[in-house]
Amino acid sequence: MMAIRKPHEMHRRRFSRNLGLGLVLAAFVALVFGLTIAKVSSDEFSVPKTVSGGSNGQN
Amino acid sequence: MSDASLNASNAASRDAEPQDAGFGDFFSLLKPRVMSLVVFTALVGLLAAPVAIHPVVGFTAILFIAIGGGASGALNMWWDADIDRIMRRTRSRPIPAGRITEGEAFGFGIALSGISVVMLGLATNLVAAGLLAFTIFFYVVIYSMWLKRWTPQNIVIGGAAGAFPPMIGWAAATGGISIESVLMFALIFMWTPPHFWALALFMKSDYDEAGVPMLTSTHGRRVTRNHILVYTLLLVPVSFALAFTSIGGPAYLIAAVLLNALFLRGAWAIWRRDEDAAEADKYATEKKVFKHSLYYLFGLFVAILIDATLRGYGITLQSLWGA
Repeated sequence: MMAIRKPHEMHRRRFSRNLGLGLVLAAFVALVFGLTIAKVSSDEFSVPKTVSGGSNGQN
Repeated sequence: MSDASLNASNAASRDAEPQDAGFGDFFSLLKPRVMSLVVFTALVGLLAAPVAIHPVVGFTAILFIAIGGGASGALNMWWDADIDRIMRRTRSRPIPAGRITEGEAFGFGIALSGISVVMLGLATNLVAAGLLAFTIFFYVVIYSMWLKRWTPQNIVIGGAAGAFPPMIGWAAATGGISIESVLMFALIFMWTPPHFWALALFMKSDYDEAGVPMLTSTHGRRVTRNHILVYTLLLVPVSFALAFTSIGGPAYLIAAVLLNALFLRGAWAIWRRDEDAAEADKYATEKKVFKHSLYYLFGLFVAILIDATLRGYGITLQSLWGA
């Protein structure tokens, strides 16, 4: 049987911090994804030439 | 409150076990109110630039400029924790209140500084990232560590830190620095001293107890009033100069005429008064000028945005004069 304990104020603050951090990380992932889409779909974008002198993927 | 009781309370807060900080405590380390000015001016710099920027890239740029500004605020609170414990206004901040340790604030500030500069560089360009890195360095090292406790002119030179955001926004869009972005920087730089000193005249602060030299206490209130007038006179040509650059226009020129007249009249009124007159009406003029100074900067930057919109319809100062 699970013990029932009254949550301490400290647990409330920890939860708010953990939830906030989780949301910030999720937002960061979404932002990097969105930024990547914006960058690769811009006209200026081109795949860099490889060191071995291969094509840039557009030729 | 006596020195002894102050020292006792300081010792108590130093020895207290740090409590678990909530998310809001870390957010308040970023000085959200200062961040709002950073976001607004950086956004104007970015939108007024003649180069269009992808909305997602623009949003990312503004976000990380704001986070970089916030990170410098966290590092400022880490460095100034000793004086924040002394001053009544700052005693409830997360570090003096014992909710966040100095080490946590330092780590938080350094981590966010690095992330914001790297992300701004990846999203836009190295010029914008370099300017953001320099802004953080300037605010933390030049202002907080060096000037703030050394000279009563701290606010004059330190004000540069708050003047960089529109330059960074401009650089994020254009990849460079130009006369327009330098003048936006100069506008905030020249505006900061009279704005802050008007506040210092009516805010009874305990900077003296904290050992921070402020012009009002080191040189007196008469000298502060003189400084407000001189810096306002110097501000006027800087603000008018922007009207005749590529980002100026009819809206900005009208705003500059009205707002400069208002600010100059206020600075003149402050200069003419002495302390007895100010005490008699509880610093009504000083409070009014401080409020007007906020409208001044906000009004001029909004006017820059209006002119950017008008340019889309072909309305500029040249087109109006030519008509």
